Parts: sequence; C-alpha cells; structure tokens
Amino acid sequence: MLKRTPLFEAHQRLGGKLIEFGGWEMPVQYTSISDEHHCVRKAAGVFDISHMGEVFVGGDGAEAFLNATLTNDVRKLAVGLGQYTLMCNEAGGVIDDLYVYHVAPGEYLLIINASRIDADWEWLQERHRAFAAAASVTMDQASDRFGAIAVQGPRVAEFIDKVLPGPSLAGTPATLVTDLAKNQVGDWMVDGKRVYVGRTGYTGEDGFEIVAPAETIGDVFDRVLAIGRDFGVRPSGLGARDTLRTEACFPLYGHELDEKRTPIEAGVGFFVSLGKGDFVGRSVLAGQKADGVAQRCVAFKMVGAAPPPRPGYAIFVGGESVGLVVSGTQSPTLACGIGMGYVPSGVAVPGTVVEIEIRGRRFPAEVVKKPLYKKA
Amino acid sequence: MTNVPADLKYAKSHEWVRVSGDTATVGITDHAQHELTDIVFVELPAAGRTVKAGEACAVVESVKTASDIYSPVGGEILEVNGALAGNPALVNKESYTGGWFYKVKLANPADVSALMNADTYKSQIGG
Repeated sequence: MLKRTPLFEAHQRLGGKLIEFGGWEMPVQYTSISDEHHCVRKAAGVFDISHMGEVFVGGDGAEAFLNATLTNDVRKLAVGLGQYTLMCNEAGGVIDDLYVYHVAPGEYLLIINASRIDADWEWLQERHRAFAAAASVTMDQASDRFGAIAVQGPRVAEFIDKVLPGPSLAGTPATLVTDLAKNQVGDWMVDGKRVYVGRTGYTGEDGFEIVAPAETIGDVFDRVLAIGRDFGVRPSGLGARDTLRTEACFPLYGHELDEKRTPIEAGVGFFVSLGKGDFVGRSVLAGQKADGVAQRCVAFKMVGAAPPPRPGYAIFVGGESVGLVVSGTQSPTLACGIGMGYVPSGVAVPGTVVEIEIRGRRFPAEVVKKPLYKKA
Repeated sequence: MTNVPADLKYAKSHEWVRVSGDTATVGITDHAQHELTDIVFVELPAAGRTVKAGEACAVVESVKTASDIYSPVGGEILEVNGALAGNPALVNKESYTGGWFYKVKLANPADVSALMNADTYKSQIGG
C-alpha cells in the first residue's frame, strides 16, 4: 500500500497525475511537466513535499551530536539558520543528504529524503546509542505528524507575505516572511498552529519551504494557490521538481548520491567541514580531499540533435565505456538533453567532449560547469 | 475529450493506422500523446526496413521517460515523417495528421483486420 500525504485529496481535486515515488503516491504533474517547469522559472509553483521526513534533535548535547554525525559544521548555525549537509557511513558513503534548521536554542529540525526515512532513523538511533553524552540529546521522528510544501519561483516574494502574514514568532527575527534571507528560518502561525518557514528550495529559484503539522498543511497549500493565483502560481509535480533540480545540478539521493558514493565524489565537498573535529566518515573524506578521487560527478549537456539522456546510460570516452549517467532529462529551459554522471576525474573537466550511448548509438555531450542553469 | 477518429484502426498499445490501398500510415493516438505529455524526441525506423506486426520500431521520448512504439502492422517502411525531427511536439498537437510516424507497405492485410475499430478502442481507454 502506497503512503499518501495530507495533500492527497487536493492532488486529486486539482487533476494531478499520481505515480509511485519512494513508496509514496505523489503527483508527477497536473498539466504538463514542461508547463509547470516554465511556470516555476518565470512565475511561481507550489510543490507537495510532505513525503519528506522530519526529525527533531534537541537538548544540551544536540549540537555536539549533530556535528559528530553530519558532515557540515552545525556550529555555524545561529538560531534561525539552516544549512545543507550530509550524513555518511564510516566509509564516507552517503546515508542521506539533508537540511538542518536551527529552529530554537538547542533545537534542530532535520529535513530528510522520503526514501531514506527508515534508513536515516535507524542510523541516527545507532549513532545516538554510541554517543557519549546520549542522555543530553533527544530525538523525535516526526515525519508522520508533519507535512511540507515548497513555494518556488521569482514571483513568490510578491505574495508569500499575504499567505503568512505578520512577523516571525521564533527563529530569525523578521517583520515579514520576505525579510528572511536565503537559508534563514522562522516560525509563523496558521490556524493557531506553528509552522516553520525557510527561504530554501530545490529548483534554483528564490522561494520558501514551509513545514506544518499534517492537519494544517492543507490550509497553507490552499492559501498559496488562492492568494498566489494573481501572480501565476500553479501546483507543480515531481516531474517538474526533477527537471528543475537537474538544471540547478542539485543531487538527488539514489541518483548522484548513495551509500557507495562520497560527498567528495559527488561534488558536494563544500558541505564537508574537516576543521570541526571528528565525525562519521571524516578520515576517508579527508583523504579524498587531500589525494583526489578516481571518479567525479559532472554535469553535461548533449551537443546537437540527440534523444534525452537517462539514468543508467553509459558514458564513453575515446571509444571506451568509462562511467554512467545518474540523472538525465530534456531541459525545458535550455531545450536540449542534460544530465549528470560519474566519470574518471581526468575527464571531469568542463569542455571535455564525451559520448552518451543511447539505444546502441553514441551521441556527443559536453562536460559543463555546474550548475547547468543559474537564475539571473 | 480524447479524440478517436472513426475512420482509423487502433492497436492495444495506442498506435493508430490509416489504410489507403496497400499502404498504411502509422502514428500514436491522442490518448497516448496525452498520457506521454511533452514529447521532446521521436526516433523513427529507417526507410526500407521491414518490420513485423507488434515489433518495437520507434521510440517516443517525453521529458520524463522513453517509450517504445510497436508497429501495429508488418511490412516495409516506405517513408518516415521527417518533420518530427525538428518539431516532435507535432505528435502532441496533431497526433492524427502532422504527427504521423511512418508509412508501411502492408505485407499482410490480415494485420489490419486484427486491429480495433474506434468504438472498441474508445472503450479500452475508458472514453
């Protein structure tokens, strides 16, 4: 039985085409992936991301526990700030990539991938048991009690203050939601319930992610659609979410990241803080940062007329198969095939021409600097 | 509403066939293009190739995925729709006219009689 989010009925009402994603029944699109994609790039889109997981970590030892468990330095997070980070195993392989928000003094909210909720929770509990000061750290796997939406696009800032009026009640002090800077988070009230609002996203556009109790997220979603209507907001599905994040070169767990790939290989070494003290996977990651890696995840775009690249296609250099595509699609913005894939480090240089094998034929592609799309 | 012209024959796998003498024109239905959405690339068989009924002989790529197209009839490929190379969206916009895929010289007329008529296809797609 597939799991459904609190917005399932809204998706049906809005004519969403439902598919299975990571064990969840989610809308892949409402009208068309391309239309929804362009709408987010030019105006605004709202995505149900309630399938993602929420874990609260609190207590006097929370900061030290998270710093021993995650790759980025959580000490950089004043209350009201969030950061992208990764959780690795001892070999430096990625258990998950996630966002950590410092929502209140000594209280952190972790937003984790839907497909990794069980694996993450098991790992966090294991690390918690192994943590010297475990008694000073509380953990709450709250995924079923919360829903979330992402409101993304250049026009979102024109209406989001009407959706969530007034000043922040906790987190970053803000007189309005739009006072939040990138990666800042604050609390607002909806129907007497506290909701978390972060200026973050997964599309390469400005926007906000809103985490609310399951019984409240539907109201927030409906308010975004109603108030944002004059600004062109449209419900947008996982299809557009994937093409948008691929253009922005954001990794997706199970594609760019898995337990056999390290953050250094995946190209997200910026979010690995070697200077903060020990953490799980540190020795392997420090070695890779110093000595380099055999393979790296690069972005590429097809040159000339070609079918879109897809995950699993082989990448050739000089007639030899050297790697695999991990994400690939037709880019609605660039109007060509784009993707990401793992190749030997010597080839992972922008300007290098590789070939992608598609149904037995090879088509040229050029390795390009990430991201493939950057907002103006 | 899904468009299912009465003068065409249909395969279960959502291809249509228009027969004229011993030549059949093949494309995909309005229902199929709607399900696939946003067609961004069409790979067609080479002219001169002989295909069997039911053989995968073309590929339609949407933003999301690649889908095989099965020839509803067998025979030699006489001509393919070159316009789709530059404008694959024709399949979305004009699935029964400008978005045709290829023409085939029918090897076996019985292939056509095995296909569905418009009413049967309509009930298959719940239309």
